[in-house]
Amino acid sequence: MLVLLSGVYPLVIAGIGKLTPGHGDGVILTYKGRQVGFENVGQKFTKVQYFWSRPSAVDYNAAASGGSNKGPTNPDYLNKDVKGRIDTFLKYNPSVKKADIPAELVTASGSGLDPDLSPAGAKIQAARVAKVRGLSEQQVLALVDAHTEQPFLGLFGPPKVNVLKLNVALDELKK
Amino acid sequence: MNTEYLGVILMYVLTVVLAIPLGRYIAKVFNGEKTWLDFMAPLERLIFRFSGIDPKREMNWKQHLKAMLTINCLWLFYAFFSLLFQGHLPMNPDKNPGQTPDLAFNTAISFMTNTNLQDYSGETGVTYFTQSCVLMFLQFVSAATGIAAVLVVFKAMRDKVTDKLGNFWDLLVRSVTRLLLPLAFVVAIILAFNGTTTSYEGKATLMSLQGDTLHVSRGPAAAMIAIKQLGTNGGGWYGPNSAHPLENPNYLTNIVENVSIILIPIALVFALGYYLNRKKLAWVIFGVMTIGFLVMQVTSINAEVNGNPAIAHLGVSQPTGAMEGKEVRFGPAASAYWGICTTVTSNGSVNAMHDSMQPLSGLGQMFDMMINAFYGGVGVGYLNFYIFIIIAVFISGLMVGRTPEFMGRKVEAREMKIASLTALLHPFLILVGTALSCYILVHFPNINWAEKPSAWLNNPGYHGFSEMLYQFSSSSANNGSGFEGLGDNSIFWNVSAGIVMILARFLPIIGPVAIAGILANKKFIPESAGTLKTDTTTFGVMIFAVIIIIAALSFFPSLALGPLAEHFSLK
Repeated sequence: MLVLLSGVYPLVIAGIGKLTPGHGDGVILTYKGRQVGFENVGQKFTKVQYFWSRPSAVDYNAAASGGSNKGPTNPDYLNKDVKGRIDTFLKYNPSVKKADIPAELVTASGSGLDPDLSPAGAKIQAARVAKVRGLSEQQVLALVDAHTEQPFLGLFGPPKVNVLKLNVALDELKK
Repeated sequence: MNTEYLGVILMYVLTVVLAIPLGRYIAKVFNGEKTWLDFMAPLERLIFRFSGIDPKREMNWKQHLKAMLTINCLWLFYAFFSLLFQGHLPMNPDKNPGQTPDLAFNTAISFMTNTNLQDYSGETGVTYFTQSCVLMFLQFVSAATGIAAVLVVFKAMRDKVTDKLGNFWDLLVRSVTRLLLPLAFVVAIILAFNGTTTSYEGKATLMSLQGDTLHVSRGPAAAMIAIKQLGTNGGGWYGPNSAHPLENPNYLTNIVENVSIILIPIALVFALGYYLNRKKLAWVIFGVMTIGFLVMQVTSINAEVNGNPAIAHLGVSQPTGAMEGKEVRFGPAASAYWGICTTVTSNGSVNAMHDSMQPLSGLGQMFDMMINAFYGGVGVGYLNFYIFIIIAVFISGLMVGRTPEFMGRKVEAREMKIASLTALLHPFLILVGTALSCYILVHFPNINWAEKPSAWLNNPGYHGFSEMLYQFSSSSANNGSGFEGLGDNSIFWNVSAGIVMILARFLPIIGPVAIAGILANKKFIPESAGTLKTDTTTFGVMIFAVIIIIAALSFFPSLALGPLAEHFSLK
């Protein structure tokens, strides 16, 4: 039984995994010949010329992933963490109204490695990114739209934008 | 209509549509009828020949329990020592160290009992060897143990006056080869093609686009994730479980994993109907379970989609609901749906952090685990429900002034004693455990342990109390999810939760199997006009009432101190 369940079964799955897009190692994206990260594993973006990813309780450490586990009424969490993130965001995005910031940009994900933003979470950063890079806001918004992944089969689940892919596309646009 | 709601509805409909034929298939397999997986038979014969077991030898209920406890004891020792010395064992590319004795004690029990409470984190606390050869192995066989136990009860309900209840080893092996392994195979392949890792490569190191160094943990995860979902185990490869993007990469995998959580528990209810040829009884049971399930779902999804009022106060908008601890690719509706699915069954995997969910979701999740019978764990969910049926039969019998009967057998004092004690064990373990931890926290906050009690809680106030209550509910329900803010890798939590898990696993299996075994031995009384019908809506309402009354009376005060108080403090 042990041989079958722990030996044969995972090895067969690993064998089949070799046929998948990432060969079972995870799909890696490259930019200018350099490997820049896993498609599905979120990474930290804090520089102003990139779209920022969501806050992470583990600072996007993909070898020790996790969430904040802060409860919804925790006063420290609300008045320091979230409020601090709101203030930082407003500082770097002066054209944005506070009431328009979507909550995902000031809350940490469960894995700490969330690779995505909602379309709203990306678009609200377009003005900043456009200004820093000397692009028009329309151009950047169009790029976000082009990288928005629609719900599964167009019917199920939320739409999303992969931050790494979007930022790679931004860098490609510049050259 | 909103695509998030559509996704949730799809998941539920898909589950039920798949569960009905699967139930019929399970009944066929264990009736010894022909099925298309009969090509597994030579493999089963090989296993039996190798281990010198005669799968045809009939056992009575006591022999069944003896076999079950013996083999589980063996597994426990194997798991404990493997975890303790994993640092010196092969297949450890990331050079992770062995576990401390109290952590290994907790982890071994946790996986043997189908709980999968994880006080370690998958990337650093275990090796590829212990993940694959210990934890994943236990995920298969602990689920199979549950199925074997419930089949003994099914057989005892069906056969007239008998003490021949099949062979435990035969049931155990065929649960794996005919049900768990084939299903896990299909699920693992779907996951692999959607980006879940499968290879034995160690950590990857590369530079991110903006220039930071990344270390990304990997490993043969898909195989384990498939069985952890199907076997109501819940122990994932990576620390944050199915919230991790390599464990649950997109919405399609989320659908597949979420359907897998409740598929077999629901299928077993239908299997009962086919096996006993009493489909109406199966539908009554399914109906009672579903009503309970839906009430919880609506409450929790509603709370998450509407967002956190405290965040709204800070002036930002919540177009996608409460997002702390959640992933963008799933959204709040699918996260809440998963949260309830994983707690009504004894799965305990998560795709969002329960600790950060709204108080009403936490309330629903804890209440699910306190009842532990709305669908329930693989096999054991029905066993818990069986206890409630026996109690409902007894109470109804008293109300109409007749000797209570179930399936043509008199339910008498001895069975009732076992049923009541089993039903009371669960609240006893949860409430005494929580009370004890509160006592230590208040009176010995600075006791000289590796992690001081004063550092246990990640959140103050009512929510901190909920963290402890949740931990014991989860242990006693053999669920394994957690309010993970709790500093549970410390000697008190490792040991206390370990003891609770082992008691809460085996006593509730022993109780129902004993009752069913005793009842099967009694004189069979054919049903007459005066018999209390158990397959009617009235009786369904009766069971529902019994469940709610027992659970509410036992747990309402503790829930009022935790999630309810927190909810009303949120303005």
